[in-house]
Amino acid sequence: MADPTKKDEAADQKGAPRDTTPNVTEVDVVDAASVEEVEAVLDAPVERGEPILQVRNLVKHFPLTQGILFKRQIGAVKAVDGVSFDLYQGETLGIVGESGCGKSTVAKLLMTLEQATAGEVFYKGQDITKLSGRALKAVRRNIQMVFQDPYTSLNPRMTVGDIIGEPFEIHPEVAPKGDRRRKVQDLLDVVGLNPEYINRYPHQFSGGQRQRIGIARGLALNPEIIICDEPVSALDVSVQAQVINLMEKLQDEFNLSYIFIAHDLSIVRHISDRVGVMYLGKMAEIGTDEEIYDHPTHPYTQALLSAVPVPDPSARDGRERIILSGDVPSPANPPSGCRFRTRCWKAEDKCAKEVPLLAIPERFVGQNTPAAHESACHFAEEKDVVHA
Amino acid sequence: MPEIYDNPQSGPGTRAGNAAVAADRGATPTSPKAPAAGPSLEDKVREEKARSLWGDAWRDLRRNPYFIISSFLVVLLVFIALFPGWFTSADPRDADLTNHFLKKPELGSFFTADWFGYDNQGRSIYARVIYGTRASIQVGVGVTVIVTIVGGLMGMLAGYFGGWLDALLSRITDVFFGIPFLLGALVVLNAFTDRSVPVVIGALAFLGWTQIARVMRGSVITTKQADYVVAAKALGAGTSRILIKHILPNAMAPVIVVATIALGGYISAEATLSYLGMGLAEPTVSWGIDISSASKVVRNNPHALFFPAGMLTLTVFAFIMLGDAVRDALDPKLR
Repeated sequence: MADPTKKDEAADQKGAPRDTTPNVTEVDVVDAASVEEVEAVLDAPVERGEPILQVRNLVKHFPLTQGILFKRQIGAVKAVDGVSFDLYQGETLGIVGESGCGKSTVAKLLMTLEQATAGEVFYKGQDITKLSGRALKAVRRNIQMVFQDPYTSLNPRMTVGDIIGEPFEIHPEVAPKGDRRRKVQDLLDVVGLNPEYINRYPHQFSGGQRQRIGIARGLALNPEIIICDEPVSALDVSVQAQVINLMEKLQDEFNLSYIFIAHDLSIVRHISDRVGVMYLGKMAEIGTDEEIYDHPTHPYTQALLSAVPVPDPSARDGRERIILSGDVPSPANPPSGCRFRTRCWKAEDKCAKEVPLLAIPERFVGQNTPAAHESACHFAEEKDVVHA
Repeated sequence: MPEIYDNPQSGPGTRAGNAAVAADRGATPTSPKAPAAGPSLEDKVREEKARSLWGDAWRDLRRNPYFIISSFLVVLLVFIALFPGWFTSADPRDADLTNHFLKKPELGSFFTADWFGYDNQGRSIYARVIYGTRASIQVGVGVTVIVTIVGGLMGMLAGYFGGWLDALLSRITDVFFGIPFLLGALVVLNAFTDRSVPVVIGALAFLGWTQIARVMRGSVITTKQADYVVAAKALGAGTSRILIKHILPNAMAPVIVVATIALGGYISAEATLSYLGMGLAEPTVSWGIDISSASKVVRNNPHALFFPAGMLTLTVFAFIMLGDAVRDALDPKLR
């Protein structure tokens, strides 16, 4: 596992020039009239480093209702409230945040498992929130998901062969019938499981092995994007490393783009090229892993990072721990202005009145410093909490 | 990475061949290489591993004496119902008033017409008990099958789709649940003059499906939130595939348990209705009818009541005990 205090050499090489890869780029919307056109658009390849998935002002409100027969809406849980980001081909975008901040809802929205209240998700310029039927099925072939809990994400009444082979039954055009068994065994081999295990049931495997089965199922349709919703948080630490390494290997092998949702900051840093920090349904800060971990400018990110355990006792002594007071406010009734202001030590009147935009803070605009990345704070300033 | 290839004998070389044949059979293709004591141990390990959830339940059940007793009784009863001629040569409708009117049982003469004595019309009670099994088993199994299909379907649709369909189906279920079972059956059966086995089955199923529907609905609601259902949706699976492949196999266990226990209840309900004169009617041979006629002479001839009533009790007991054993085996919390 990556030690957050350790300098990640790969990150330096990956670190693209900051101003050329802004978080949100222009969406090249494709207007496809028919299903065939949509399918043609979705099959077109995307260059490495080009945006493949563009999320714009994504909103998901879950209505709160009252009454038994005639349900009245009395409010809404604002699980996701205006999130925008881009995912580039071949990269890993980490999304971190504490429980209930809307990470998993974002994942479900990207998979169109939930209907977005507002906003768009452009996959290759095609707004997938408005697709249905055959076109949506074509999208599903290209965007797949790995689930958090390997103990509930595999049907206990199906053999491993049936579980991994199910994608082929749903999308018969991907693999001809006679070929499927061999393909399933290939997939088992790819994820490091013995292909002989094809007739076993999920409960005969360990947690790590089950997660490999879940990854194999996600890979079956040869997708371009895999959304990982806390894929390792249910696993032992030793097994976490194996699964993470496997996922990195597969990314190189199959040219995948990952959205990696987690609350373990060390793992996210290890696997991610860019990281977005969410708080109460909004993106607080987003940038490359170096920018976020070494040069955080949003107070919430700084607080989160200061909570990462440091294994070195002597380094620990000199470090400042930011302890936030209070609880996360209810997403049904979020604070006005900046959502973090109720727990922020920098909060002033301005924070209650104006919603801070997710943009490069004014004081850093034009400067070639790692702090010049997007941060939704009126008083953004650099504070190195990891090394201090 | 210790968990990869944890079977040391399955190298890449043996892979293709093993997989082509069913890969998880008890016989290990690599066993000839192992020492003499090796294969049997490995076979044991494999056997232990190659089991599903039902396989686990079966392993539990095989060792459960209650299951062994009750399943033996149920199998025996089914055989009696299917082939009553194998168990007695006497005719249950052969009334011999001169010789045998209320003759006491001769417990020493096994399996003869005299064994359990004769009833007030001079018919062999043993033959009537044997032939009466068919009506009881028919009613019990028939009602259970219909109730499981109808109630299961209703519960599955209500639980899976929710919303207004759930509201509608659940209210219909509540209306039927509100009708007292026996009173409702009496009213329904009163409308029929010819009360044969299918009519009684229909009447009991008409009132009995609500129990299964409720269990199924709850079970489906739990199952549909599982991640594997979400995963299937994410793959683009249609509703019918999700219902048949994912929801149904995982939601069935509690329904099977309730249905097995309820089966005994339907048998006793049939007997109750027959006793009250609203169930099966002569010339059908049924324990309920015999209990009814025997009750008039019970003070001097208790044997006429004892044998059909005992048989009924034994049957209901066998099915309820079977249901209990299956529930214990399927409930992972009791493991």
